Amino acid sequence: MRRAPLRRRLALRDLLGEALAGVAARPSRLALTTLGTVVGIAALVATMGLGQTASGQISGRFDATSAVRVVVEAGEREGTDGGVKITELPWDAADRVSRLAGVAAAGTFAQVAVEGAQVRGVPVSDPGGAVEHDVPVAAGSPGLFDAVNAVLSDGRFFDAGHDGRGDPVVVLGRYAAERLGVNRVDSQPSIFIGDRPFTVIGIIDSASHRSELLDAVVLPMGTADSLYGLDAPGALEIRTELGAAQLIGSQAALAVAPNDPELLNVDVPPAPGSLRDEVSTDVNVLFLALGGLALLVGGLGIANITLLSVMERISEIGLRRAVGATRRHIANQFVVESIVIGFLGGLIGAAAGVLATVGVSMARGWTPLLDPGLAAVAPFLGALIGLVAGTYPAWRASTIEPIAALRGG
Amino acid sequence: MTPSEPFLSSVLQDEHSEPPSAGRNHEEQGEQDQGRRTVVEMIGVCRTFPGTPEVHAVRDINLTISEGEYLSIVGPSGSGKSTLLHLLGLLDRPSVGTYLLDGVDVSELSDAKRSELRGERIGFVFQAFHLLQHRSVLENVELSMLYRRIPRRERTKRARDTLDRVGLKHRVEFSPQTLSGGERQRVAIARALAAEPSLLLADEPTGNLDSGNADAVLDVFDKLHGEGLTLAVITHDDDVSTRADRRVRIADGTLTDEVAS
Ligand SMILES: Nc1ncnc2c1ncn2[C@@H]1O[C@H](COP(=O)(O)OP(=O)(O)O)[C@@H](O)[C@H]1O
Ligand SMILES: [Mg+2]
Repeated sequence: MRRAPLRRRLALRDLLGEALAGVAARPSRLALTTLGTVVGIAALVATMGLGQTASGQISGRFDATSAVRVVVEAGEREGTDGGVKITELPWDAADRVSRLAGVAAAGTFAQVAVEGAQVRGVPVSDPGGAVEHDVPVAAGSPGLFDAVNAVLSDGRFFDAGHDGRGDPVVVLGRYAAERLGVNRVDSQPSIFIGDRPFTVIGIIDSASHRSELLDAVVLPMGTADSLYGLDAPGALEIRTELGAAQLIGSQAALAVAPNDPELLNVDVPPAPGSLRDEVSTDVNVLFLALGGLALLVGGLGIANITLLSVMERISEIGLRRAVGATRRHIANQFVVESIVIGFLGGLIGAAAGVLATVGVSMARGWTPLLDPGLAAVAPFLGALIGLVAGTYPAWRASTIEPIAALRGG
Repeated sequence: MTPSEPFLSSVLQDEHSEPPSAGRNHEEQGEQDQGRRTVVEMIGVCRTFPGTPEVHAVRDINLTISEGEYLSIVGPSGSGKSTLLHLLGLLDRPSVGTYLLDGVDVSELSDAKRSELRGERIGFVFQAFHLLQHRSVLENVELSMLYRRIPRRERTKRARDTLDRVGLKHRVEFSPQTLSGGERQRVAIARALAAEPSLLLADEPTGNLDSGNADAVLDVFDKLHGEGLTLAVITHDDDVSTRADRRVRIADGTLTDEVAS
């Protein structure tokens, strides 16, 4: 006979076809239903995207040069007797740390008090019109330039010979050179600090740290000591091998001042990994919580409106039961409809979230960073929310008695 | 056609006596009765709805419908017609009594099994049409085969053929909203027929139609009856019921056979 038995489950194509038709029947309703999920998923994607982007920017600032910089400075501590103990950096601090494995370059730095002497480009002491400058004077050991990645535009740095002999030579920072009217060193120009002449042997164009060097006249440590009675270096700049900063940071104080290592301040860059993790965890926890809340609201929205839709479509349910649909068929249809709604919401939300991430990044001048997996997973997260949200309304739909559903309608 | 009033008193029978066409044993007699199979056999069926007081929607129904028969059940509003149709169509279960559909006792079957039988054996036509507004005429007709193991292509073909049979070949891709009431009811009939039921149940099929459209629908029933379909049409309208070749009256939930002239 031509009797075709019942299907326990519809073919996927039929099920999806019915669900899509059911969903598409009320487009404005659909927009309303997906709204919560769209907002939730968009918030989630955007916040995670912005979180990733932001932590990308933060970790981007810890570039190769910052990650290898260790600075040691003299410090003071309250002693056990209540007095204050002060430690000075030794003159040979740079040599001491240079022995540590992992140190690429090290040099000391100090500001020099020149007792009111003005720095001038020419030896004129014309009381009327001579141009006097407030150019700061600094001192460095020969290794300082390498330690801060200083680059010369002309000439050379001083060396251990100049330093040891206390030669009257200087290296000028580029801004100091401009103000003093020095642009070349091949003619061995002189500058004056007070009445003392110094030969300019080099001009620094740039440095990755200690940018104050660019404004200053830099003397060798030995010269500053013999001419101006400098007490001790103010700071020790260390450039380490890549990845050695943490290690050197823990060893430097002991190497420099074996007797009172705890009196020195050692400035070490944060471990890049831990920093990025901290920032992104902080940011993401907040953002995920917000997105999760939006999704909860979205899920409730789907549940609510699907339930409303079930009540509106009671006569359709009755008809489907009359043409042979089982309770399970009815439940499946409503669950799949709400999965489709969730999926659509997730799809639109993911797109909106990606757009928001890109938009905010562009406005902030950031490089947008977004895990593509996140955007791909989002619609399925939406579908999952649809599944969960649709379960109760679908169950309700399946319990509606056909005679109740067909009466009157 | 026979006016019903003069017959009322003469056909009222003692409900315990054996009426000629109800309560027969069709297992054997059906063979002799022009070789006709029994499609429906209800024995002592009651349906009560809980409430205070309890509502006895139908009481002690004994009804037999043979294959190819065109039966009408006529009665005033509230007399239990829809309740009886729901019982016949497996949309509802009797509170008391036995119901054999195509010889199978369906009272005790599971809900899923009853759904299967319903989709397979029974076609419904309702007063309110129950078409899905947002689906095309063709899709509405295909719906009656959706839950059956019929390939998609076959469903479409059968839906088109059936629409052709009810004279709606030219409305296949239309939306039901654009059709007249009579056309909508013919779509609903096509939907019921496409699943090739052994019994077509119609509840006030002309209730929402003007007389012209009602006649068109009744003409379709006549034609289907001519083709051998088993039909049970429920109505409060005597004019509609006179189209059938056998009439049964229902009043206050109780059924009485009426002898057609
Ligand atoms: N689900 C129900 N609960 C309570 N009473 C009902 C229910 N369905 C029908 N009835 C009652 O049963 C009687 C018969 O109803 P029905 O079969 O719909 O009559 P008809 O279709 O002949 O107008 C009516 O009195 C009606 O109020
Ligand atoms: Mg009724």
